[in-house]
Amino acid sequence: MTKDITSRNDRFPEGSAAFQHKHLLGISGLQPWEIHYILDQADQWVTLNRSPATKHDNSLSGLTIINAFFENSTRTLLSFEIAGKRLGADVVNMHAAQSSLKKGETLIDTAVTLNAMHADAIVIRHGSSGAVQLISDKVDCPVLNAGDGTNEHPTQALLDALTIMRRKGNIEGQIVTICGDILHSRVARSNIYCLKLLGAEVRVVGPPALVPKTLESFGVQRFTNFEKALDGCDVIMMLRLQNERMQGDYIPSPREYNFLYGLNEERLAIAADNALVMHPGPMNRGVEIESSIADNLEISAITEQVEMGVAVRMACLDIVTRKTRAVEGWA
Amino acid sequence: MHIQNFKTLSGDNIDSISCENGIITSIGQKIDNDAQSFDAKGLLLAPGIIDLGVFSTDKPAFKFGGITRAILMPDQKPVHDDPATIKYAASKGKPDFWVHPLAAATKNLEGTHLAEIALMKDAGAVGVATGHDNIIASETMLRVMEYCAALDMPLFVHSEDIGLTRNSVATEGETATILGLSNAPALSEVMSISSDMYLAEEADVHIHYRQVTTARGLDLIREAKARGLKVTCGITPAHLFLSETAIHGFRTFARLSPPLRSEEDRLACIAAVADGTIDVIASGHDPRAAEEKRLPFSEATPGMAGAETLLALSLNLVRDGHITIKRLFDLLAYNPAKIIGINAGSIEVDKEADLILIDTDAPWQVDDMIMPGKAANTPFDGLPVQGRVRHIMKGGKIIY
Repeated sequence: MTKDITSRNDRFPEGSAAFQHKHLLGISGLQPWEIHYILDQADQWVTLNRSPATKHDNSLSGLTIINAFFENSTRTLLSFEIAGKRLGADVVNMHAAQSSLKKGETLIDTAVTLNAMHADAIVIRHGSSGAVQLISDKVDCPVLNAGDGTNEHPTQALLDALTIMRRKGNIEGQIVTICGDILHSRVARSNIYCLKLLGAEVRVVGPPALVPKTLESFGVQRFTNFEKALDGCDVIMMLRLQNERMQGDYIPSPREYNFLYGLNEERLAIAADNALVMHPGPMNRGVEIESSIADNLEISAITEQVEMGVAVRMACLDIVTRKTRAVEGWA
Repeated sequence: MHIQNFKTLSGDNIDSISCENGIITSIGQKIDNDAQSFDAKGLLLAPGIIDLGVFSTDKPAFKFGGITRAILMPDQKPVHDDPATIKYAASKGKPDFWVHPLAAATKNLEGTHLAEIALMKDAGAVGVATGHDNIIASETMLRVMEYCAALDMPLFVHSEDIGLTRNSVATEGETATILGLSNAPALSEVMSISSDMYLAEEADVHIHYRQVTTARGLDLIREAKARGLKVTCGITPAHLFLSETAIHGFRTFARLSPPLRSEEDRLACIAAVADGTIDVIASGHDPRAAEEKRLPFSEATPGMAGAETLLALSLNLVRDGHITIKRLFDLLAYNPAKIIGINAGSIEVDKEADLILIDTDAPWQVDDMIMPGKAANTPFDGLPVQGRVRHIMKGGKIIY
């Protein structure tokens, strides 16, 4: 099932030329070889993570990583925390609920405060588009974007790319259909950039109000009819639809959404043979996806995505801290 | 007092201008050996700029920009919705700078109950405004318009259809989609303009669209003018020289209301200045402290500081050949004075002697270090520009 993607180092240059950014703020702004490099590194961490005995590496030993989450998250926070700890870093989590923001401190002041604690990397999630970039301007250490508003969620796109790469052997030429609330989805935005950079054909589909027409200028095909969008596609990415959007504002009801955009066996048959089904989670079973599909490990890569998430975040934390750690060729 | 040795907007051969008691008394030949003469050293003489629709009485900024009168929006704390606040605002800048306040159309600008417009007119209000927002209920809007018409006051409106723009911070388009910012179609402007236009025609009121920023909006204004309606409109340099791409990098200084538009709309705005559809260029001066702008884009307050850069940026329209310098001062002074009905805005005998002397070529760079206003939140930050005011004469006295 898993295809070999090692020995792809012809896809990126050697040393620090393979990734030349201080921060990881988004996929937009990255070069294809930089993405390939992160994926290549992440793939190596998958092997470590799967080893039955010790899963520990000491390369980030002594470094402090702050996970500053201004918006609720369970899986991304956990994934970043495990990634940091597996690499031997000291990881501390800051939740919005405990933060000074509730006491009226501005975001910049919070950034300056975090900076004064001399973290070696800060992972940030925030509810406003651009907030992570704003903080990155005010701190000295590398910043990783764990999702900002409806802008970007780069590690999600990278873990999705790694998942496709391992299952399909390649991303170039694959037809990927992203279905759901594209308008409010940072996952969709990062995935569109990432997949296009790596040469995939990208389709977006969903209720008209949730699929902006301007997306066409990104070189993606826009559909409102799910069946047409699925025709012959190799990968189906279902997005989570937030319940609050299904009470009449954008969609009349969950059952109407399921009627038009729920992924069932019948619709899956329209896609190419062996089409891969993905979902960033958490899923609304019976709304956007049927359990029979989500739980079929031959078809669904949903748990694998979570697994790749840890590996991708290990790779990202490793790469952005290399300068600090004076790694040869990167200092 | 006589001013001598200057260039004129029309290039006429005039050697001297004399003023007495703050009024221009004669325009004509050179007066020799007069102790009261002021040597303008070849600078360009123009009427003081009348800035139609600002949000702050930021005197140092206005002085820097050659603005001698500003028409103040009612969006203040507290809202200018009663005679006392209007009276205070009208007296605030005197004697060297005049503020002409606009009355809030509705109480606390909430769009529901009529404010005391007649009492505010008596206290010095020169017009009525709906503020940053517009009035949603058409019934209320029509009543406001009929009231303004009866009192012979112009109504200043903001043109965004709130039903479409609610919660949005940018114009629908590629940039907003890339950045993941909530956005609304530019169509919201034309919808708002058209519904207000029908009501204004019904009420027979002079309606001034403070900022028209889209091609389709300008088409409506053009048609209305052709039909002879009492319609005028304005714009700020931001919408003439910047398009939506200026918000890239989440630059909150470029978060404006209405938001920056597409490049096609920007070019339509330039064309509308050139063909006379646009009557006024104003600064929309709205200085915002750092804590209101150093925020994630959608949390930042919209608005820009514009008084300091109004003249220099507008001069680009002359340099690029879109309009003559004379027409520029129609947009900056003559038309604004005409809209609010004050005896200023042009250099003629019996007009108030609000004059500025400009070095049109003087180079400078837009920079918060040299901008003296309350805040330097301008999307033009860092831009090299040309044109500085060297002297200001207000009420016949050299004040700068």
